[in-house]
Amino acid sequence: MEAAAAPASKNVLRRTRHLADRIGDDALKIVTGAAAVIALVVIAAIIWKVIEGAWPAVRHFGLSFVWHGVWNPVFGHEAYGARNFIIGTLVTSFGAMLLAGPLAVAIGLFLTELAPASLRPPVASLVEMLAAVPSVVVGLWGILVLGPFMRSDIEPFLHRYFGWIPFFSGSPSQSGVLVAIVVLTMMALPIISSVCRELFQSVPRDLKEAAVGLGATRWEMVRDVVLYNVRGGVVAAVILGLGRALGEAIAVTQVIGNSLGPFHLSLFGSGNTLASQIAANYQGAGTNLQVASLVYLALILLVITFIANVIAQLIVRRFEFQRTGGS
Amino acid sequence: MEPISLQARGRSRRRLRVNRLAEAASVAAAVIAVGFLAILVGSVLVRALHALNWDFFTKGPAVFGQTGGGIAPALVGTFLLVLFATLFALPIGVLVALYVSEFASPRVAGQIKLWLDVLNGFPSIVIGIFVFALAVKTKMPLLGVGHHQSILAGSFALSIIMLPLVSRTTMEVLALVPNSLREASYALGVSKWRTVMSVILPTAIGGIVTGTTLAVARAAGETAPLLFTCAIAGQLVSWNPSLSSASIPVTIFQYSESPDKNLNAQAWAAAFVLIAFVLVTSLVARIFLERSRRKLGQAG
Repeated sequence: MEAAAAPASKNVLRRTRHLADRIGDDALKIVTGAAAVIALVVIAAIIWKVIEGAWPAVRHFGLSFVWHGVWNPVFGHEAYGARNFIIGTLVTSFGAMLLAGPLAVAIGLFLTELAPASLRPPVASLVEMLAAVPSVVVGLWGILVLGPFMRSDIEPFLHRYFGWIPFFSGSPSQSGVLVAIVVLTMMALPIISSVCRELFQSVPRDLKEAAVGLGATRWEMVRDVVLYNVRGGVVAAVILGLGRALGEAIAVTQVIGNSLGPFHLSLFGSGNTLASQIAANYQGAGTNLQVASLVYLALILLVITFIANVIAQLIVRRFEFQRTGGS
Repeated sequence: MEPISLQARGRSRRRLRVNRLAEAASVAAAVIAVGFLAILVGSVLVRALHALNWDFFTKGPAVFGQTGGGIAPALVGTFLLVLFATLFALPIGVLVALYVSEFASPRVAGQIKLWLDVLNGFPSIVIGIFVFALAVKTKMPLLGVGHHQSILAGSFALSIIMLPLVSRTTMEVLALVPNSLREASYALGVSKWRTVMSVILPTAIGGIVTGTTLAVARAAGETAPLLFTCAIAGQLVSWNPSLSSASIPVTIFQYSESPDKNLNAQAWAAAFVLIAFVLVTSLVARIFLERSRRKLGQAG
């Protein structure tokens, strides 16, 4: 609203307007702008406070914290390292993505290509409802229902037929890495599948009809047209799910067993992740160094999820751009 | 010479088989996902039913060693937590969305959207640590509460979780408000702020309400941000927001790890209450969001 730059007629109009209108526009801009600044300040403050809280541990251990595997809170012998938790976080999250990724793509295809039109909305909302189930409820179910079932049925089965693979060696237990992987799969599945569904819907009908018209079967059409067109977006969808799995604290703490030892190759054994270690120990943490080390874990977690989310968002954004710009 | 047959053979037959296999896999995946939900909700329902009674909703937790008791303090706690979180997050979220859709340049708008999505991706446990450092370990600036866990601290943490959800859905709905409405208003000489107040917001109100409802459903079930900010609980109902209180998710979390079968049963019953609230609100919100989206889509 630079008066000098505006044409003279506008100046006249401006002067004749009500006082409320003259102030109102600028006031609204300032108030909404301030809200936007507050939101960005909160984001900056979160990052700053986590760095500040972790600082004593960063100064004490340096970067070697990342690859040291000891976590010893005994006073006088204190030594902390993040390696086991980082490995645990990566193993559980990537394991969950190996299960949830293909499942979610298949669900997305079912909802866009296969299901009869009357079945699509209800099934889609049922899958999305899965995302609304609070993680603590999934964790409760994980401890008391899934865990015992895994120990008595699934894990012995895997052990009998696939025991030669190191992942399935060892004795079945009711809390462990595999249970955490299944729980994370359930939580990431609806996120990935809803993004996939939108991606598949964006593939132009002409292309699909052309493929079918050339004699392709439905699967060949899906593989060579639908999936081929949105392959980058599918990767982004899986990374978004990964972001959710990486940061999940509550459900994982409930089912993973929270061991402090090195990560076992066997998925039946108990483990730990960055988020679950923080959730399990923050309140009971005694010394300042231990608290700072736990916040250091949070900082590592923040960096990992931040990278995953930014990559996913940038890919998804490029897709939206192509979609609207191309058609 | 062989009679002509419509049966696919050789390569075609293999292609058809692969196709059928892929279709079966796709159906199976959908069945698995819906099955997950059914098993989850079913398990909660079956185990909750015998622990649900009047006492459960009206009494505090039982004294150690006794059976019975209820989650009345947790119900009040969650109500207050979500109420204050909404009071923090709703105005800021809507104002940010207004700024992005009505004032910001496309470049700035894109940046704000990206950062809100990044905030949405922050692990909730990290937000718990942030609020702990800000308002529990020290005194919170401005509000003056602090040095101990409180409902206010917990709801502040929940509001950070709600903010991107409220803001992003509001932006989405504001973007659907047809430009013809804005232009009609400006053509009548109405100033921008009046247009926002009396044309844009009323048109978008349905979407804002449903977006907020979805965020409330999400916040009501969040546990991680409360662990360090509002987890110490007494046995009695407390309406004082500057004190800590029990909440439903934290109660489920604590009871679920207990070896006590009675507490496990209480956890299932509390999970039933939570899941019923969350699923019903988010289902209703989703239906409304779809409807207002369609209505706005037609108007444009």
